[in-house]
Amino acid sequence: MAAFFEHFNFVVVIVLMMTGLFVVFATQNMIKKLVGLSVFQTSVFLLYISLSKVSGAQPPIIAKKDLYGASYGTGGGYDSASSSVPDSTYQAAEVLYSNPLPHVLILTAIVVGVATLAIGLALVVRVREVYGTIEDDEINKIDYNINLEGVAK
Amino acid sequence: MGGITPTLFLDMGLLAMLVVVAMAVVRLRSLFAIVMLQGVYSLLSAAWFVSLDAVDVAFTEAAVGAGISTVLMLGAMLLTEREAKPVPLQKQLGPLFVVCIVGLAMFYAVGDMPAFGDALSPANSYVGADYIAATKNEIILPNVVTAVLASYRSFDTFGEVVVVYMAGLGILLLLGLNGNAGKWRAKPNGQNVGDKKGEQS
Repeated sequence: MAAFFEHFNFVVVIVLMMTGLFVVFATQNMIKKLVGLSVFQTSVFLLYISLSKVSGAQPPIIAKKDLYGASYGTGGGYDSASSSVPDSTYQAAEVLYSNPLPHVLILTAIVVGVATLAIGLALVVRVREVYGTIEDDEINKIDYNINLEGVAK
Repeated sequence: MGGITPTLFLDMGLLAMLVVVAMAVVRLRSLFAIVMLQGVYSLLSAAWFVSLDAVDVAFTEAAVGAGISTVLMLGAMLLTEREAKPVPLQKQLGPLFVVCIVGLAMFYAVGDMPAFGDALSPANSYVGADYIAATKNEIILPNVVTAVLASYRSFDTFGEVVVVYMAGLGILLLLGLNGNAGKWRAKPNGQNVGDKKGEQS
């Protein structure tokens, strides 16, 4: 049971990824295929982000004290006046942050993902203009007929 | 790591909701419902990103995944069809078999992965920690993700902008600006491609 609690994120994320992959493989409708691809992609994001989690850590936004402490010194009342968090919180122990690098990777991946999704949807609209359908098997049938006989004489 | 905490139950609840939404996407056939559920899926994953300390990713996922993607898909759905045709069961068995094999292969590797929230895992201990330490002195920005994205890796971010530009250009070339996207019908040799031979429309 302890092993499950240590790895529950991987177990569930794999189930989600395989669900998305199944939708991509099994459905004939192209829009539903793209939704499946999107679900698959989001699940991969979940996998990466769950790897970067450090338990008991903060988001990777550096505390004001850590950031300006060295250059501004302790003389100014700037920090203690504006911050409601007592100084001892930061002085007691070094603050733990989650790993920022997977976050950066996934930020890029989300934006590139929406760009590819938009191109895919534009292609679906074009396919519908030419074939009159967005079901995979019907398009295959039409293609087979065209290859056999040509569109017109 | 950390034992069983209230946050763990929050994580599990969000993951259970994600599984339910994903299964609903598999089962449903109305494209409108499927597209909206994709938005719900993105929003739930954004909520989990907040729990995983990835606040910037949660922002972007909620805006781009749940917002822009859903709008794009709704637009494409309006230009094409509203309903997906049912897939016969025997055509689903092959994909199910492949997905099971891939899933089992990945489950086999789960035992070697670091525990959830492990601060000393290889992914968390070397480069990530270095960036946090260096950002304090080199780029005096509070947000480390912003510092890496806009300063250490700014050329990558510029490349990302180029990708978005290329995608916009590609869509423009595919659909045109004349407002006929989706309404126009291609008729090579004066005949609909979808028609059977001899049936002139």
